[in-house]
Amino acid sequence: MKPAAFRYERPETVEEAAALLAEHGDEAKVLAGGQSLVPLLNFRLLRPAVLVDVNRVAGLDRIEGERVGATVRQSDFAGVPLAAEALPSVGHLVTRNRGTVGGSIAHADPSAELPLCLLVLGGSVVTSKGRELPADDFFRSHFTTALEPDELVVETVWPGGGSVAFEEVAQRHGDFALSLAACSVRVVDGTVTEARLGVGAVTDRPRLLELGLEGAPASEETAREAGARAAAAVDPPANLHASPAYLRHLTGVLVERVLARAFA
Amino acid sequence: MSWVGQPLERIEDEALLRGRGRFMDDLDPVPNTKHAAIVRSQLPHARIVQLDVSAALASPGVVGVLTGAEVAALSRPFPAGADSPVPYYAAANEVARYAGEPLAVVVAESRYLAEDAAELVAADYEPLEPEELEAHDRSFSYGEVEDAFAAAALVVSERFSVPRWSCTPVECYGVIADWQGDSLTAWSNFQGPFSLHGVAASALGLTGTKLRLITPPDSGGSFGIKAAVYTYVVLLGLASRRLGVPVRWTEDRLEHLAASAHATGRVTGVEAAFAADGELLGLRYDAIEDVGAYIRAPEPATLYRMHGSLSGAYRVRNVAARNRVVLTNRCPTGLNRGFGGPQLYFALERTMAIAARRLGIDPAELARRNLVTEFPHRTPSGGLYDSGEYGACLDAALELVGYAERRAEQAAGRAIGIGLACIVEPSISNMGYITLAQTAEERAAGLPKSGNAEGCTISISPAGGITVHLSTTPQGQGHRTVAAQIVADRLGVEPGEVEVLSELDTSTSAWTIGSGNYSSRFAGVGAGVIAAAADRLAAKIGEIRAHLGGELSLRRVAGSAHWNPESLPPGMEPGLHATAYFAAPSLDPPDGDDRVASSASHGFLVDVAVVEVDRDTGQVRILDYVSVHDAGRLLNPLIVDGQIRGGFAHGAGAALFERIVYDEDGTLLTGTFMDYVCPTAPDLPRMTIGHRETPAPFALGAKGLGEGNTMSAPVAVANAVADALELDGVELPLTPARVWELMQA
Repeated sequence: MKPAAFRYERPETVEEAAALLAEHGDEAKVLAGGQSLVPLLNFRLLRPAVLVDVNRVAGLDRIEGERVGATVRQSDFAGVPLAAEALPSVGHLVTRNRGTVGGSIAHADPSAELPLCLLVLGGSVVTSKGRELPADDFFRSHFTTALEPDELVVETVWPGGGSVAFEEVAQRHGDFALSLAACSVRVVDGTVTEARLGVGAVTDRPRLLELGLEGAPASEETAREAGARAAAAVDPPANLHASPAYLRHLTGVLVERVLARAFA
Repeated sequence: MSWVGQPLERIEDEALLRGRGRFMDDLDPVPNTKHAAIVRSQLPHARIVQLDVSAALASPGVVGVLTGAEVAALSRPFPAGADSPVPYYAAANEVARYAGEPLAVVVAESRYLAEDAAELVAADYEPLEPEELEAHDRSFSYGEVEDAFAAAALVVSERFSVPRWSCTPVECYGVIADWQGDSLTAWSNFQGPFSLHGVAASALGLTGTKLRLITPPDSGGSFGIKAAVYTYVVLLGLASRRLGVPVRWTEDRLEHLAASAHATGRVTGVEAAFAADGELLGLRYDAIEDVGAYIRAPEPATLYRMHGSLSGAYRVRNVAARNRVVLTNRCPTGLNRGFGGPQLYFALERTMAIAARRLGIDPAELARRNLVTEFPHRTPSGGLYDSGEYGACLDAALELVGYAERRAEQAAGRAIGIGLACIVEPSISNMGYITLAQTAEERAAGLPKSGNAEGCTISISPAGGITVHLSTTPQGQGHRTVAAQIVADRLGVEPGEVEVLSELDTSTSAWTIGSGNYSSRFAGVGAGVIAAAADRLAAKIGEIRAHLGGELSLRRVAGSAHWNPESLPPGMEPGLHATAYFAAPSLDPPDGDDRVASSASHGFLVDVAVVEVDRDTGQVRILDYVSVHDAGRLLNPLIVDGQIRGGFAHGAGAALFERIVYDEDGTLLTGTFMDYVCPTAPDLPRMTIGHRETPAPFALGAKGLGEGNTMSAPVAVANAVADALELDGVELPLTPARVWELMQA
């Protein structure tokens, strides 16, 4: 369980980092907190020729309003209610001390919490090429994003959202979720005026579900019906721990729960 | 005041908490040691048509490669407790029989370079069909089993399966091997039993003294699993011999999960005959045990460790058992905490819970009507239950959990379940029990085996310093603390004045084949032999004091014994040094009717689990967990509760999370901690512990207790979930998906 040999680079500016990525292309990998990358290196599931360590890149570790620098540690990420609710489920205390917000977004694990939260809040990703990509465009598929090989995440933008809720079921505390759901809704006079609801783990990337909530009463009944529609809308494959039938059912339960809480 | 019995904080902990423990990886005993990586079979069952090591040999920093063919040429198959249909070597030669089986050892200047080169070893496989070989089949019958079933008002007939699991210590296996001339010195975090030292020496073709085995002072947990590191002592020993350099190998987690030692998977058919009043009249077991690719010593011991306790905690006189062992294309099995207990008690205690439901008798009442009440109690299969107050433990557990109130809550409609397990926890295994795998005729032809002995040396220096040298190879259980308590009492000093060495060196330690750390034997024989050695010294010190007159200090007595032997009583040996050996009593070899006292001592525990099942998600939440133990005299209550909590963590893991999964072809699906799910601290519920202390009738009166909850918790939780869902077919582990699917059925 030792990584294959790699060259180690430690740039100090975004430009230098981007130049290294441009030089090495697919042969390079960005190292931030290392909480996903290093195990993959040790398993030799990844064997990049060059590691570009961005931990010393100036300015990436700051939070300014909605804008969260790529190397802000998960344990330092505060001020966004939905993310605050989800963060205790992101790995463990010690992994959150090293794991970064930008790393989690760039890694794009479909069962990860932060990508789902960013999507549900309608957030975006700012890259070294000056692009600002809405989360829905950024996440493409399993571990796949819209980033070019010579591009890195510089910051993520986190709107506060409306009334938010997050739920997941994992086998153990800190595990990858079996299923997870999050929502941000606005309710005026008992009627849903705006709703963004997303699920993860049971889909190839965090996905928003269109459940026709706008205009519906913010009721337990609406939540229950939305849960049933969500269960029908996803088509997860079996995994070691659960059957597709269970994962569909569980997703419905979690969607119902987040809506019921956000409506309350 | 006695130090024994006090909740003394562990003398081990300061070094451990400061990162100053000395574990296998901290040792660097031989200069110029090279690093090994092991090439392993990627397929579960395949002919190795060709193994091309040329690219690996040309890789940077490589010293050399040991192949499976060379292992076969340089060693002999490992002997085991039953004849194996396929010979077992430290590496595969022509046929690999499980995914992860060693094919070759690459030795290089660093582990990184060794792993780089290991990737370049090209194995040309010819895949073979999955194979199941029946390797062992014995039947036993005690009492009048047929009559018992003829008289039954209710017969419960069920099949139970227990998956494989693994105890996952923090520190994996480690070996440093240094072959010099015609002998091997090996450092390894081996835990015993040291009968396996002979197994390793036999495979290497060495007489015992030519294999010097040394354990590090600290071990990062074992829970039984490090017994099987002996096969790697042989493999790395051969690598050192073949390549002429000392070799170090540290097992990584992938290797550990795939290829160290799983607990057996077992399917048990049970038939249980009950009278209308709930009396258990007779039991029949039909057990099929998956021991993996080879019968690796001490297997098939998992099937026989509990043989004297087939009747559990109950008075039933009529018991039959059929034991079969099947070889599969999976990792060989071995010691894992509870060793045979979880498998037996899952079947027996589920049966009791099912019977209670069908008889309309509360499970606690059904247990009470059947519990053993008089001691010593000889079980039908030969077990000797030395002492205990089983009914009082049951009362205490029910009281602690608020059993009546919980039942009332349930009756009022709350979706909770209550599960019991009443189990006997054997400790100090009879080294002869494994010979039950042979027929009485086969046994008669060989050397009878019995007992369970341990050795210990205590020496007092010329300045009066006391050193205890253990042979119990602790892996975190606090043996050094308890040894200091025992010796302090016996010699009239403070525990802090007693130095305790935990390294075992087969060339210098007082060890025997029973030595080591398994079957919860320390509190009985380990403590017993420390006391025996200390008593010998105390007697000698007393004689010297009487002879010299006056109130001489220990320092003065020691000074006389070393500096002035002429002053000692006539005929007395100089120095202050005692080596003692002690064997637990009542451990005869199996008799001609296949009865065996498989363990020297038997604690008892009652567990009550209260669970709530989330009907929407299938999640099981343990609301309360009570465990009341009667493990004899408690030598150190702080260590005792730590052992119980640890045993419970393993048991709760097996109940809710853990299982090794292979697909039908033998591919391992739980090869990392992402998929092999063991509980972390936040996943474990609160636990309430109670004690009674009925002394064991030997040594310090203490019994083993570190394995009990590993045996009981899986079935206590399963009984609680079955109770909550009001159905019978619960299987381990009770994952959310599985529980939800049970509810749909």
